[in-house]
Amino acid sequence: MAVRDDVVNTIAAFSLFADLTGPQLEEVAHLFDESFFGQGERILRQGVTGSGFYIILEGTAGIRVDNVDRSVLKAGDYFGEISCLLGEVPVSDIVAETPLRCLVLAATQLEGFLTKHPRIMYRLLQGEARKLKNTTKWLS
Amino acid sequence: MGSGPGGLQLSYSLSRLGIDHAVISDDPAPGGMFRRWPVFQRMLSWTKPFTGVERHERAYERFDWNSLLADEASNRAVMPALMDGTSYFPSRPEMQKGLETFATQTGIRVRHGTRWESTRQEGDDFVLTTSDGEYRAPVVVFAVGVAQPYRPPIPGLDQVPHYGDFRPVETYKDKRIFIVGKQNSGFEIATGLLPWARQLVLASPSPTKLSVNTHTLVGVRARYVQPYEDAALAGGVVILDTTIEEVKKDGAGYLVRTRNAAGEELSVPADDVIAATGFVTPLRDLPELGVKTFGQSRLPAQTPFWESSTLQGIFFAGTITQGAAGLKKHGIPSNSGAVQGYRYNARVLARHLAETKFGIPATPERLDAAALLPYLLEQVSRGPELWHQRAYLARVINLDRDSGITNEGIVPLQSFLDSAEGDAVAATLESNGQGNPYPVFYVRKDGSVAEHPLAPHPLLDFTGRDYQDELRARLEPVLSRAASPA
Repeated sequence: MAVRDDVVNTIAAFSLFADLTGPQLEEVAHLFDESFFGQGERILRQGVTGSGFYIILEGTAGIRVDNVDRSVLKAGDYFGEISCLLGEVPVSDIVAETPLRCLVLAATQLEGFLTKHPRIMYRLLQGEARKLKNTTKWLS
Repeated sequence: MGSGPGGLQLSYSLSRLGIDHAVISDDPAPGGMFRRWPVFQRMLSWTKPFTGVERHERAYERFDWNSLLADEASNRAVMPALMDGTSYFPSRPEMQKGLETFATQTGIRVRHGTRWESTRQEGDDFVLTTSDGEYRAPVVVFAVGVAQPYRPPIPGLDQVPHYGDFRPVETYKDKRIFIVGKQNSGFEIATGLLPWARQLVLASPSPTKLSVNTHTLVGVRARYVQPYEDAALAGGVVILDTTIEEVKKDGAGYLVRTRNAAGEELSVPADDVIAATGFVTPLRDLPELGVKTFGQSRLPAQTPFWESSTLQGIFFAGTITQGAAGLKKHGIPSNSGAVQGYRYNARVLARHLAETKFGIPATPERLDAAALLPYLLEQVSRGPELWHQRAYLARVINLDRDSGITNEGIVPLQSFLDSAEGDAVAATLESNGQGNPYPVFYVRKDGSVAEHPLAPHPLLDFTGRDYQDELRARLEPVLSRAASPA
């Protein structure tokens, strides 16, 4: 059903979903909820339980640790997966730098979603590897 | 703008604060969407007549999801007295009667039959052009429901009736019915058609969720699960997780072409097709003025106090307030889409408007330090705002070194967490979708907030000794610094 055509078209260009067929993209668009955050609004809160896995559709967000800005996320980027995967609270704030439109999946649904879609899991793993590489580089 | 439960509750709450306002509504009488729907004429929200709590007490609101809120005992719990005892879900006419009774008893004045036509900004004011002339105000609150039928752009779907166009049930006798959509509205129709239809097919891309599994209002409610059981037992109802590619006329009926996630197509013949595909928010020209909307229901993006995120001075009440999602902890939404949730939002909004727009300061009540722990545990055990708006509305107590312990009332949790002023505690009730709800206390000290969830209780009573001891330990660091009350 083409209920969310604009979402399907947007996520079709994201590397996370690069291997999906049209109907699979529609299924993803229906499974995730859509959220909107005003400029300056916090999406994840350092130390607060119950957050989810977010994929940015439009806008940019800042990663803030102990009130210090660390990095910027843009459309196609995702966040919250580490606390979902580990079942722990986020270690940073994520703050909308512009009006921000996201897809969101509850932490409890992430495992089922990834195991049902191994190609998305592989792409996510690539993303995590990239983050680890950057962190290692930065530390050394 | 609007005379459904959201508009009525806000008008009542504004009047109690002495704020001059006008309520305008296109409808001929109070009630909003409950003047027409649900199509099978019974509510999904219950009112329990016998609870062990007196109906005029605040604690009764936890069991009565349908009455609007009043400060005076005589106007509380309007609904149970109107119900005929055949069900704890009021009939639609009983709900309508309840809303009309509340409006009459509390003296809410609505300019009915007044159609909102357009909106413009002039200086700091908004001007609404209506069939009753122009209205000018610095603040406009839209409580117009999520009530405009929506059909997704599927080829041919525009040719079939929407949920709102449902015909008298007997006209579906011995027919094959295809229902597009597997939310409550689709399952409501399917339930009503079980004794009439020859075959029922329900289809949408996502699998059906059930409220009894999600432990929330997310998912199909138990009242409408019968078609699901029929399908599970292969009784003839068919439930498909597919996209709808096309609805084509086929002789006197239709052919519905579907496709599943594996790409397999299936065409289903039907005598009738019904689009149970939801509703959108009828915001008219507000998006052109700068009100940003999002999601399938085109809800306006909102701040924690239900103001448009993108156009100051435009606020929302009623079911539209679900657009201010709050933290949505563990993926669980607030109950702002339903009367039992948004009636509290309206009261908080009235207080917020009084303070921020009309210069009427709050007068927080002082609390004795010895009374604080029992008070907080009583609120998480029986405070109806916390029960109905879990992890969304919080009871906030300021613990200030100079002014002492003060009760700041009910505040959106998000607002508490994101404002870093002074030592304070916020109490909420929360759920994680797995078991019983449990209390959570957020303690703010020196500008940073620590979250302290307490254990659930099998009888949902958090007033016992163990809870007192744990809460005392959690609050000790901030309580020892708060000034003694005068």
